[in-house]
Amino acid sequence: MGLLSDPNRRRALISLLTRLNSPICVVCYMAGVAWFMGLAFEPFTLRTYMSENAMGSTMVEERFPAGERALTTGREFSAHKKKAGGMPVDWLVKTMQARGLEVFTQRFSRKLPFPDENKERYMVKGTNVYGILRAPRAPRTEALVLSAPCTPGDSNNQAVGLLLGLAQYFRNQIYWAKDIIFLVNEHDLIGMQACITFSPDSCRGGSIQAALSLELSSDVITSMDLVLEGLNGQLPNLDLANLFYAFCQKIGVLCTIQGKLQRNDWDSVSGYSHSVQTMMLMVMKQASGRPWGDHGLFLRYHIEAASIKGINSFRQYKTDVTTIGRLLEGMYRKLNNLLERLHQSYFFYLMPSLSHFVSIGYYMPAFGLLAVILLLRALDLWVQLATPPPRTEDGITDKEQVSSPGVLSVLTPLVISHLTGVALYTLPIQFQEMAVEQFPVSETEAVVLTAIGVYTAGLALPHNTHRLLSGEGTEQGWRVLKLVAVLYLAVLLGCTALINFSLGFILALTLVPVAAFVTPHVPKVLSAFILVILSPACTLLFSVFFFQELQELPVSFQEGWLLYLSVISQGILDHFLYGSLVYPLIALLVYPCWLLFWNILFWK
Amino acid sequence: VHLTISQSRAASSANHIQPLLVDNAGQFFSSGHTNNWAVLVCTSRFWFNYRHVANTLSVYRSVKRLGIPDSHIVLMLADDMACNHRNPKPATVFSHKNMELNVYGDDVEVDYRGYEVTVENFLRVLTGRLPPSTPRSKRLLSDDRSNILIYLTGHGGNGFLKFQDSEEISNVELADAFEQMWQKRRYNELLFIIDTCQGASMYERFYSPNLMALASSQVGEDSLSHQPDLAIGVHLMDRYTFYLLEFLEDIHPASKTNMNDLFKVCPKSQCVSTPGHRTDLFLRDPGSVLITDFFGSVRKVEITMETINLTDPIKQVEQRKYSYVDQLPVSEIIHQKPKQKDWHPPDGFILGLWTLILLVFFKLYGMKHLKHIF
Repeated sequence: MGLLSDPNRRRALISLLTRLNSPICVVCYMAGVAWFMGLAFEPFTLRTYMSENAMGSTMVEERFPAGERALTTGREFSAHKKKAGGMPVDWLVKTMQARGLEVFTQRFSRKLPFPDENKERYMVKGTNVYGILRAPRAPRTEALVLSAPCTPGDSNNQAVGLLLGLAQYFRNQIYWAKDIIFLVNEHDLIGMQACITFSPDSCRGGSIQAALSLELSSDVITSMDLVLEGLNGQLPNLDLANLFYAFCQKIGVLCTIQGKLQRNDWDSVSGYSHSVQTMMLMVMKQASGRPWGDHGLFLRYHIEAASIKGINSFRQYKTDVTTIGRLLEGMYRKLNNLLERLHQSYFFYLMPSLSHFVSIGYYMPAFGLLAVILLLRALDLWVQLATPPPRTEDGITDKEQVSSPGVLSVLTPLVISHLTGVALYTLPIQFQEMAVEQFPVSETEAVVLTAIGVYTAGLALPHNTHRLLSGEGTEQGWRVLKLVAVLYLAVLLGCTALINFSLGFILALTLVPVAAFVTPHVPKVLSAFILVILSPACTLLFSVFFFQELQELPVSFQEGWLLYLSVISQGILDHFLYGSLVYPLIALLVYPCWLLFWNILFWK
Repeated sequence: VHLTISQSRAASSANHIQPLLVDNAGQFFSSGHTNNWAVLVCTSRFWFNYRHVANTLSVYRSVKRLGIPDSHIVLMLADDMACNHRNPKPATVFSHKNMELNVYGDDVEVDYRGYEVTVENFLRVLTGRLPPSTPRSKRLLSDDRSNILIYLTGHGGNGFLKFQDSEEISNVELADAFEQMWQKRRYNELLFIIDTCQGASMYERFYSPNLMALASSQVGEDSLSHQPDLAIGVHLMDRYTFYLLEFLEDIHPASKTNMNDLFKVCPKSQCVSTPGHRTDLFLRDPGSVLITDFFGSVRKVEITMETINLTDPIKQVEQRKYSYVDQLPVSEIIHQKPKQKDWHPPDGFILGLWTLILLVFFKLYGMKHLKHIF
């Protein structure tokens, strides 16, 4: 007889499952966390290598000479920027035309759902200027993009200067097989969004193979930082990072990722913790779902893009702009050799340092171990539901309750939780005007505080839900609800982890213990407290503090709270401006799921 | 056409010289090949395979320099490197770094270009089965007195050569094509040179007579590229062909260098891989085979002031070791290598095993089940 078809053996298996359920869950959780921490340990990672044959090695000769001239152009740009009080469109158009590019401008205007206090803008109007360098002999079927942001104030002037210097140098070469689009975008991401969404008609370039965004605010730099995380945690093809790293090594520029320099002592504790910090920074940035550089919006359209930031810190060895120009020239020459889009290397990875990576095949088991806990719990509940309770005091009524635990008693919490989620999603924006009239707060604060208000109001739901329900809840009732909730959470977290592993993993870390231990029979006050601590909102609060710690900029509680509020407002703005999915995911799916567990806790 | 002029004979009385001249004439007309052909194939496309086109063009250049005219060369290049958009020096293909030697020149005649370089077209060229509309420049119009040089380069593996990233030619197909050529008397002697990874596997299966083969690497070894040019951004040549080109640059139409020197080109110290060669099917001694027998088009011309009366059929001066009459029986040649058979357990063992299983089955469950079977 088979293992599962033999009733004796099945009973034995099931009893094993129910007896050992909690220990196995605990072990799985520890194993998942340990696996995740072990990912940063260098012997478990792979060295990065160039996968694309067409890009080969770094064998090009970089000859960009005009670094000083680029700096002069940058200074001119800064002067014109001050005079124009924004983007000096006419000067840029004239300069790009003088360098032999086909210049186009694009006006855009956008009204934010509520004022952005970080960047102090509400109604945004701007112009993007881009010049296309046509490939001398090639058909106009493919393009590469180099962009620099036009930021108010004194930053990124050198970036625009270098962009124009490179444009002039590239114009004199005849080996370009793709068009190169030099883009200066205003109002960083909003301008970039405008350019990309309208690009099929107005950009008139071919299909874009790769894009690099340059941020450079000083005449000399000490290191170059690579930023990969894009919208919704999407990452460019690893080959782009490999290309950058290979050229940094060839030219001899210090390169960093997450602002952290690589260390060689992986076997020491401090070396390991350094790798863990770098990896955790990447995980946090990816989980936030916001684009961390101007490149972040390209990734959705299958255009591999990265941002390169020049950093000037207190190191002795400085690199000048000519060297940065050579690095970019080398990268673009190699990208020029591409025949197809970058597809040979990984799209899902984590980088504990610039020369090592962990691919999806290695990091997914960490999440899998956490998801197994949910499945074990579901199995346990299924078994409990299948076997009738031993006591039969009131024979007839129990039977009735056994046979139909009441679809209504399960459906009601589900519907109400999701309605609360919908309220959390829509109310803050809808009622901001009303809130501003009633209370002395600004619009942004109104939105954020409304969101927090709705969130906290959801905590009071169980008492009200039970008033609505006619009868009392039953033992079977909460089990069915928990089974549904656990499976729902498993599917939700699984789908999230596939798209954005970091977000899925962080949510799993906090929500899986909640799902595992919550029943109506645990001590109420303590469990309620733990549930609130592990809820998505508090996870976000702790993440904010943790993120600041990782960046070595620890904040006090006041500052942290204000930062937390701004993170919520930025999240909502990201969703409405660029289509980031984190806010709707949390509001419409994760929060209702958590509310279901809160309902189970207060089940009567 | 280049001439080697033998020593002029002092004129003397016609009667005395006639039989000697007739003998010499006999020797002259029975000496091997009368014309040379070359089939040069580059099988890879894409910019990063620049070196394969440069390889083929280097051999083309040497072969043309040594006398084979364009009408006797079939040049197949799978991609256009000289006019590729990424070439910083358009209309050139360089074989040496610092752009010393432009092998593209201005009189290159490519017969099969781009997507026309396929396995089918290559085999049709070799066997001569081309549609009637094919122009002469695309045909290999060789006869039984032609010495043919075949040069292949590209990406290969154990037993195959990749054509254009989409198909392959196997060593068996190639050997069969050469056998077709032999049976149709399309060559006198054939020299096969291949510069790919694991190139020696391509000549393993040859079984037709008068084939000599050279390869740049043995089975299991990779052929390496020689040097990158940083201005162009690609590797310019493969090592084996680079040293082959250097060797050939020293050859002139009157050289007496023989094949044994060619086998020594690119030892392991320079090539990193071990070049190989195969001469067992070749009936002459490689030491007596001149390089110009294959790479050049050398005409032997004897100047005489006498009139020779060729009324009688020319008698063979000596009994040649090889002749077209005694062809090697094909059926014996095909089974050169013993077929690799997978080991199976002996038949009796399998029968016994099944009997045992049946017996155990019936013992356990009783003989009554037998009736269900019988």
